[in-house]
Amino acid sequence: MTPNRLRKLKEWLIEKAILLSGVFSVIFVLLIFLFLLREGFSLFRGESVGDFLFGKSWYPISDPPRFGILPLIMGSLLVTLGAAAISVPIGIAAALYIAEIAPGRLKEGLKAGIELLAAIPSVVIGFIGMITLGPWIKNLFNIPTGLTALTGSVTLAFMAMPTIVSIAEDAITAVPRQYREAAIAMGATKWQTTWRIVARAARPGMVAAVMLGIGRVIGETMAVMMVTGNAAMIPSSILQPVRTLTATIAAEMGESVQGGAHYAALFAIGIVLFVITFLINGVADLYLHRSRR
Amino acid sequence: MVSAGVKFSILGLHVHYGKLCALRDLSLDIRANEIFTVIGPANSGKTTFLHALNRLVDLVPDCRLSGEVRLDGVNIRAGLEVEALRRKVGIVFALPLPLPISIFENVVYGLRMQGIRDPRLLDEAVERSLRESYLWDEVKDRLRTPAMNLSGGQQQRLCMARILAGQPDVLLFDEPTSGLDPISTARIEETMLDLKEKYTIVLVTNNVAQAARVGERTAFFLMGDLVEVSATSKMFTTPVDSRTSDYITGKFG
Repeated sequence: MTPNRLRKLKEWLIEKAILLSGVFSVIFVLLIFLFLLREGFSLFRGESVGDFLFGKSWYPISDPPRFGILPLIMGSLLVTLGAAAISVPIGIAAALYIAEIAPGRLKEGLKAGIELLAAIPSVVIGFIGMITLGPWIKNLFNIPTGLTALTGSVTLAFMAMPTIVSIAEDAITAVPRQYREAAIAMGATKWQTTWRIVARAARPGMVAAVMLGIGRVIGETMAVMMVTGNAAMIPSSILQPVRTLTATIAAEMGESVQGGAHYAALFAIGIVLFVITFLINGVADLYLHRSRR
Repeated sequence: MVSAGVKFSILGLHVHYGKLCALRDLSLDIRANEIFTVIGPANSGKTTFLHALNRLVDLVPDCRLSGEVRLDGVNIRAGLEVEALRRKVGIVFALPLPLPISIFENVVYGLRMQGIRDPRLLDEAVERSLRESYLWDEVKDRLRTPAMNLSGGQQQRLCMARILAGQPDVLLFDEPTSGLDPISTARIEETMLDLKEKYTIVLVTNNVAQAARVGERTAFFLMGDLVEVSATSKMFTTPVDSRTSDYITGKFG
């Protein structure tokens, strides 16, 4: 074989190998979704979708069992919104500080610290939340248990923060230097430049950062299971125990009968989670594309 | 102390970036309402000179600076707030840099920062400055569209309008036509000739012919030294220094 043909073959092989990896990653997602659908759909032979989504009680092992996941959705929603309310402002502010203000060495130190935070296993964060944050919240608000939605929100805020900070920081750093110079040359102060030009130009990236952070919070299981108290009831305040969608699956999968209604219900919860994450990613994507144009 | 008609007077200005010396013992005057052009090869300190005039050099972390720059007799490092200085001494960069907002918002950006909200004032400023930069007729029907959609030459004139909206005293141009086609270049040059009625203009250019076309006085910089400064017509006919004549006849650079 001539060297030229060899090179062509190599190019062809590499190209196809990359194509294959790309196709596979999509296929895997599709297969996961199909699997979820197949396992979860058998539930809806005996249960209506409305009763499942909006039913107010989750008693999977009582007789007859009741599979209403509204309390779980509310739990996830409350914990997620709380975590977002804490982590988004702090995360964006931290990203602005690191990208725009912090001097060289402090900047490197902070970035390393944030990355380290991302590397802490969620069970460790959950453990710390359970033994330090829980009792503290219990005493602070004088409530019977410290394992509440608020505890979950604070714990999860710590887990969303690294994602938000590092992606938002990248977006801010990617704003062309010339924008800053143009603003400063017109007599803008540092703060005016940062807020009105840099933050505005980096907004698509910041939205993506927030969305991915929230995605992480919704999908998080271990920490949230340890600190939220796991009571499957509709919470009336953020100081009550809740149970999230993810924690329900993790906690009950082991004790459900394979192929039974309970088992199918857990998979149906998986479908709901999948749809939620899909929607969040879709919104982030839409926003990114619209702003880029 | 302020001799009549002098806008900027620069006395013994040194600028260092770390160990590198970018400008050495520079002293010269820039007169009001003239087009003062600065020529010289790359790395001769031209841009540093411009950035010293509105203190953009302050943004460079290891930049040190000695000597004095006076604007209308006032030391720009002592007698004036830096933001106020930069509003009085506007700069147009080499590459057109519209901000990623609408044409209208680009022009009023500086005014909004100063806290001006009155829509009538803003409208007036937009029309006035876009007329001054000869962009009005081309964009008056699409002021709300993104500035990024304009052509390169239009973007550069928009950047001029953005500066003009703040009613500055001095306009600094840093190779404003280096990225533009000849027709856009000609329009920018025409605009500059008109603007000098109201403003003092300092033009840095690496296009020697451009300096000859629009300049009244010209300075030649080389490796951080001011080699020669004289009336443009004189410099291009009878330069004093042999390095000047070598540069403008294209022997190096």
